[in-house]
Amino acid sequence: MIILANAMIVDPESESVNPGSVIVENGRIADRDGPELESLRYKTVNCGGKFLAPGIVDIGVKVCEPGERHKESYRSAGLAAAAGGVTTMVTRPDTIPAIDNPETLEFVSKRARAASPVRIKTIAALTKNRSGRQMTEIGLLQDAGAVAFSDCDSVVEDTKIFSRCLQYAKQRDALVIGHPQDPGLSAGASATSGKFASLKGIPAVSRRAELIGLQRDVELAALTGARYHADQLSTSLSIEYFERAAAAGLYVSAGASIHHLTLNEFDIGDYRTFFKVKPPLRSEDDRKALVEAVASGSVEVISSMHTPQDEEAKRLPFEEAASGAVALETLLPAALRLFHSGDITLPRLFRALSLNPSKLLGFDTGRISKGAPADFVLFDPDAPFVLDRFGLRSKSQNTPFDGQLLQGRILKTFVDGEPVYGSGA
Amino acid sequence: MAILAKHLLGIETMAPEEIFSILDLAESYVTLNRDQVKHSNVLAGMTQINMFFENSTRTQASFELAGKRLGADVMNMAVAKSSIAKGETLIDTALTLNAMRPDLIVVRHPSSGAVNLLAEKVNCSVVNAGDGRHEHPTQALLDALTIRRAKGRLTRLTIAICGDISHSRVARSNILLLGKLGNRIRLVGPRTLMPFGIDEFGVEVFDDLRKGINAADVVMMLRLQTERMEGAFVPSVREYYHLYGLDAEKLKFAKADAIVMHPGPMNRGVEIDGALADDIGRSVIQDQVEMGVAVRMAVLDLLARNLRRAVLEAGRSRK
Repeated sequence: MIILANAMIVDPESESVNPGSVIVENGRIADRDGPELESLRYKTVNCGGKFLAPGIVDIGVKVCEPGERHKESYRSAGLAAAAGGVTTMVTRPDTIPAIDNPETLEFVSKRARAASPVRIKTIAALTKNRSGRQMTEIGLLQDAGAVAFSDCDSVVEDTKIFSRCLQYAKQRDALVIGHPQDPGLSAGASATSGKFASLKGIPAVSRRAELIGLQRDVELAALTGARYHADQLSTSLSIEYFERAAAAGLYVSAGASIHHLTLNEFDIGDYRTFFKVKPPLRSEDDRKALVEAVASGSVEVISSMHTPQDEEAKRLPFEEAASGAVALETLLPAALRLFHSGDITLPRLFRALSLNPSKLLGFDTGRISKGAPADFVLFDPDAPFVLDRFGLRSKSQNTPFDGQLLQGRILKTFVDGEPVYGSGA
Repeated sequence: MAILAKHLLGIETMAPEEIFSILDLAESYVTLNRDQVKHSNVLAGMTQINMFFENSTRTQASFELAGKRLGADVMNMAVAKSSIAKGETLIDTALTLNAMRPDLIVVRHPSSGAVNLLAEKVNCSVVNAGDGRHEHPTQALLDALTIRRAKGRLTRLTIAICGDISHSRVARSNILLLGKLGNRIRLVGPRTLMPFGIDEFGVEVFDDLRKGINAADVVMMLRLQTERMEGAFVPSVREYYHLYGLDAEKLKFAKADAIVMHPGPMNRGVEIDGALADDIGRSVIQDQVEMGVAVRMAVLDLLARNLRRAVLEAGRSRK
């Protein structure tokens, strides 16, 4: 039994930040602010007045096992997650081969359990080999532990097949995570079309391609009654449409990636490939709309969309370079930019980082309440540092924040009440 | 009572009394078929043409045997391989055939409504032996006879129809027939194989086989076509069997005396466990085949009576 004492507790459920302490028993939260804490002989961890929040639940982390372990393994990703305050990684199936059958899923889960200090949950592929032709064994994959189904950035182009997948998922009450994007328009694009992309001569895609993809997906969700989550919204157009659909009572939810919340298309600058992500970075107006949607709660989830790429995949001309950025360790410091700028309060930030993703996937994590798992991140939101990408724990260090000033340091991370990062880990 | 219409195209337009008259007459043919001498002359001199635009072994054999046991001249036309391949339209085929002056035509066609179209163009009686995903009335009638003989009644029963409802004409005819007679009908299957709007048919729809057959008197399994197995409608054979395949363990949820039916041909290990299909304590699948011949004899008999009555009336009016 331990007490995390003298902390500023960030509680996303009651939307409050208050000084207090938490008692942990058998890996779960036994109580908050017990009456005579001092008199009890608990092992005490003094939080030094720093901020204690529920550990981050990150939906859509790519760990490159099986297939590309040189880019990221469960061990390296798990260490990076712990260092970033991420206590549950919800991993993507866009591996080589894809996680599209219960045997692969079971193998991967076994490796993950042995190697990672943080929790790992798995998203399985929606169609075999993510090729959009045959649905996967959704029922057997659920039995093997899959928490959601997604083909990641590979859009199921055939609407009939996608609607059958949604129908089948509906009857299993499975969550389908889509990547709202029109695959034809966005093929080959590496930036958002507009003056900047034209000036640089980068093949680009209209922001409407995301809206077209989203409208299709949401209408099919309406047709089938399935639970649908859009992995990332990134434009004001799709946010407006999405808010109307959600208000109409559909079982839809949406997320935002940390990069689209904190960066814009101009950051690409002089063809910097670490800023090449999917969907491409948007205008500043779109970024602001996204921040507003996260603050209001209509876009429910913030995730890292952690996508490791090795040096070879990024050291290429912009349009040939691979997409994606690592973000497990920078997720919270980058997200705190939104707090420091006054756009989002800390409880609302952790609602999007921890509570909402847990609720979406039916986990009991993400909250600081009696009985919940004792997964926490202890952080100092004010401590500044300059990020050195070579200090990252990920095997790949393709971060757009290299050399940037960030404000907010993770001091300790706990999973099941046990320290997995910081002193004592 | 008799069949009121000239043709037997579907259950939809039939009255319960017509259904019972077919079943009652079929009972007598069950008796006849169990005799050593299985012959009657009620169709003597009449010509029956079996026209199957879709491959079929069981239904065609059943209709052929039914006609022959009643003394008709029976001809089988495997249309799938002949005139259609030469480009003839369905209506031209019908007119050609009509000119040969048959009395009864038994038709199976892959398109819904094709048998109705053909019936409009010929002078003889037409029996629908299955059209697309529309109706298969003689299958529903033989299922009804099987249920009545096993359960002693054909009303106030809970009947679960399980599997590929969407593509099944057997399901549609059974829903119509059993619904008309006041039974509680449940449909069980993955949503991908459940037609939209089916809940407006006065049935209950279930995703879960155990819940769907809970306390049922009759569990009717449907065939899953091979082309629907691999990913398009259901992920795989093993997942389908895991979730929707009927085995002894799942059947425990039904009533202790529930019967298991299947229109055939079965996919053992896909929709039904092989041992269960062979369990004569539960499975009435072989009875269904036997009832099939008797029901088809009754249908042909009753339609022929209509034809004879029409000839008599025409003769009387000529005088």
